[in-house]
Amino acid sequence: MSDIQCVDLCRTFYQGDTAVTGLDHVSIDIKKGEFVCLVAPSGGGKTTLLNAIGGLDKPDAGEVWIAGKRIDNLGKSALAEMRLNNIGFVFQAYNLIPVLTARENIEFVMEVQGIPAADRHIRSAAILAEVGLEGLEDRRPAKMSGGQQQRVAVARAIVAEPEIVLADEPTANLDSSSAEQLMDLFVALNKKHNTTFVIATHDQRVMEYARRIVKMLDGRIDQDIPQVGR
Amino acid sequence: MPLNNITFRLAWRNLWRQPRRTLLTLGAMVFANTILVCMISLQFGMYGLMIDNTLSMLTGHLQVLAPGYKDDGKIRQSIDNAAALASVLRNDLNRSESNGLEHKDADGDDERVKISVRGKAFALASSEERSFGILVMGVLPEHEPQVSSIPGLIHRGRYLSSGTAQEVVIGSVLARNLQVDLNDEITFIGSGRDGSFAAAVISVVGIIQSGMTDLDRSIAQMPLHLFQETFTMGNGAHEIVIRAPDLSRVEETVNRVQQRLENDSGLKVYDWDQLEPGLKQSIQADLISAWFMYGVLITLVAFSVLNTVLMSVLERTREFGIVMALGLTPGRLGRLVMLETAIMGVLGLVSGILIGAALVGWGGIYGISFPGMDEMGKQFNLPARIYPELTVFQLTLGPSIVFAATLLASSWPALRLYWLEPVQAMRGA
Repeated sequence: MSDIQCVDLCRTFYQGDTAVTGLDHVSIDIKKGEFVCLVAPSGGGKTTLLNAIGGLDKPDAGEVWIAGKRIDNLGKSALAEMRLNNIGFVFQAYNLIPVLTARENIEFVMEVQGIPAADRHIRSAAILAEVGLEGLEDRRPAKMSGGQQQRVAVARAIVAEPEIVLADEPTANLDSSSAEQLMDLFVALNKKHNTTFVIATHDQRVMEYARRIVKMLDGRIDQDIPQVGR
Repeated sequence: MPLNNITFRLAWRNLWRQPRRTLLTLGAMVFANTILVCMISLQFGMYGLMIDNTLSMLTGHLQVLAPGYKDDGKIRQSIDNAAALASVLRNDLNRSESNGLEHKDADGDDERVKISVRGKAFALASSEERSFGILVMGVLPEHEPQVSSIPGLIHRGRYLSSGTAQEVVIGSVLARNLQVDLNDEITFIGSGRDGSFAAAVISVVGIIQSGMTDLDRSIAQMPLHLFQETFTMGNGAHEIVIRAPDLSRVEETVNRVQQRLENDSGLKVYDWDQLEPGLKQSIQADLISAWFMYGVLITLVAFSVLNTVLMSVLERTREFGIVMALGLTPGRLGRLVMLETAIMGVLGLVSGILIGAALVGWGGIYGISFPGMDEMGKQFNLPARIYPELTVFQLTLGPSIVFAATLLASSWPALRLYWLEPVQAMRGA
């Protein structure tokens, strides 16, 4: 069964009077546990597809199904609940909450989920250890490096054990070493938890880890290539 | 969203991202709350004094009157055997009040219901040289001091000594107008209850100075017995004046008196509000103008809060997009913004109440006076210094309204979040 199914998605943006095609009749199935890279030049549609899959943006036409449930017709609150319980996001700019510490950033999602404090502490400590951030629990984002912040963002995305992790250019602001560590972490989590990873990137280093490369061009899927990832 | 640690910490820390802005807004709230606590306490303190001083002069807290007397004030609309009825009421009300054993409450205040009787008639008061139309009152000298402050306002001489004495006390302006002094005689000429000619020549034993010119110009009090004789009242009188233990117990006392009077058909019981409608109306008029001013103050504070919250929401649009992407519903996000305002509101409320209570407490001990107070005091029978009242209601009324107004002001920025799209928000739109 597909974890993610997109059927004939269309999305057009308007810049003044000019129409820009974001998605042009895109259909794609991604099965549970897959490790997929969406690859495209800037404006190619990879982030638009990622946003549609994550319910952050609604397509003009077509259908999006997550874990067997159609989401493109849901309201804002229902979409938020769906994201909370099914999807973890990792953003290019880390997007941590600046006034919360690393531990609090990770626990915030669990708190919204209603997980009791004792459980939250145990799970946040475990995930911080898993992403190699022991000792940095009480630091705020401004006091951490880019790589460390991105690990916190990853920990936040996976701590609630979502079925799907969507990552948009996760290595764009990282040096080579940090990028490699992050991708090793993604692969390990993918294998350990069978979590589906969909990563939008144009970073060649990231593509090497994927077991499926979906190349997009002008809002359309140009090539869909299986490969042996690292 | 449950208000557990992280949510509260997030709201608290968000407040202090721009400490100067938060402090300025908080300062406006504290200032408004302090002003409201002080002004409302002062205002209610002043109303209490106005009511108490006015009612203690002559009116009392309630009166029992013959049918029609309140509106017509005719001498023949009298209560038969009024002194005896007053005596029965005095015994009944005070016996059931405390089982006839104890008349003091825990603070040592007198808990008895005080009752006296008055007859009233218009007469011409004449000295050797001059004559003036005045209001003559017949009173019970032993009971009048318990319901009226007039006996305590004797400027020279003394108050009436007994119910059988042939003596009169008069206002200081009347004394000056009649050119009489202590021990001089005044002739009273009027109409008796039965329409007969009423006249008496009585010695002045005391001069009353209330500070209220109108009253001092027209008042004369004599023993009720002498009044009844002079104006052919028999054993009748016009008012049974009653003073409850305190203002808050007037309604209860009215009910009890009405129950006692069920068999004395026709007699009417009026509370101070009905007897002095102008007093309540002037208080209400003052309240309306004061609340208009308070409304302006509260509105300004609400706009200050609206400005702060709106700026805070706008500059965090991107962050709100992120937390929405993480799964926070717009409703939860709105409640987070409201929580931030509520924290600020509670800080303003508590600080305002504490500072206001300290100032009001100080005013309650030393009193407050301001220019023009003497003039106003004379007009409304107030002392030269006002002592604000410190009660929970007066402490919390203004700050609670400010708190509600700030929450209302922040509801619009919070509602805006319902229309926020995560993708646009994360782009910083």
